[in-house]
Amino acid sequence: MTIDSETLKSLVQAAAERVIASAPELTTLDQAIGDGDHGANMKRGFEAVLGKLDAIGTLPTGDALKTIGKTLVMTVGGASGPLYGSFFMAAGDAIGQGKQLPEDLAEVMSRGVDAVCARGRATRGEKTMLDVLFPVLETLQAHAGEPDLIERVRLAASAGVESTTPMQATKGRASFLGARSIGHRDPGAQSSCVLVHSVCNTLEVLQ
Amino acid sequence: MMDTVGIVIVSHSRDVAKGTADMVRQMVGSEVKVAFCGGNPDGGLGTNVPSIIAAIDAAWSPKGVAILVDLGGAETNSEMAVEMLDEHRRPLVVVCNAPIVEGAVMAATEAAGGSSLDEVRAVAEELSAE
Repeated sequence: MTIDSETLKSLVQAAAERVIASAPELTTLDQAIGDGDHGANMKRGFEAVLGKLDAIGTLPTGDALKTIGKTLVMTVGGASGPLYGSFFMAAGDAIGQGKQLPEDLAEVMSRGVDAVCARGRATRGEKTMLDVLFPVLETLQAHAGEPDLIERVRLAASAGVESTTPMQATKGRASFLGARSIGHRDPGAQSSCVLVHSVCNTLEVLQ
Repeated sequence: MMDTVGIVIVSHSRDVAKGTADMVRQMVGSEVKVAFCGGNPDGGLGTNVPSIIAAIDAAWSPKGVAILVDLGGAETNSEMAVEMLDEHRRPLVVVCNAPIVEGAVMAATEAAGGSSLDEVRAVAEELSAE
């Protein structure tokens, strides 16, 4: 399959709607270990993305991802705006510099994950969205082109978000809680999982 | 009038940001441009990139702008805001690793004397030195 503008539009629309629908759950998770605004912030950002969907559909893929990133940066607020925004802007840059979808998906994802690490000065194992993004990236790298790739990615994201529950947070607001952050799923990891699952579901239907 | 480094104060709370800016103005005077922002677009606590960019514009000086922040998200959003600026302005804006209130007062005091951006930042960051 190819990622044409119609495919990209479907992916973006489904992912945005899924995040918006998940806002109450994200808020509940964030109230436990953060400041309780992750759901509202993500909802605001992805509503803004939906508002630009037609324009995004007319852009080359790289520019479309950069527009999504910039929109999230300018509307989400909190730390998750710059983190998700940097992911999409870096992924868009990678495509602008000649990477192709779906062939170079792992490479494009890798650039996005690197950007999140740099922006948050974080890595995996710190109870953040990176605990979902890294396993997904490694699955893409190890199993590219295999027939069950989508299912593998879905499981990697689920396992990643579950892995944050026993972790102690060392980044973000949750780190103020120290050991009391243990036993709660990370809201940022959850929103990343929601996005990854949505992309998997849409691609499965389009296949 | 001599150009002085501008000061931007970014807090999760608009009240904290405004209070800090009030202290700077009272203690340092009006020769240094001070701008502040705080709160999310819904009126709750938080920080966001567009209002930080607007504050940088308001405090803009050819000598540069020093940003003082409170907690993590304020720093992340401030760094993002700097990256969204035109590339010729980007090198002229720094996010200081300093306590927000003391850092803002110290930075503005240094700026009022006509110091460079590096000097202003260094004075603010001395407060965080072990």
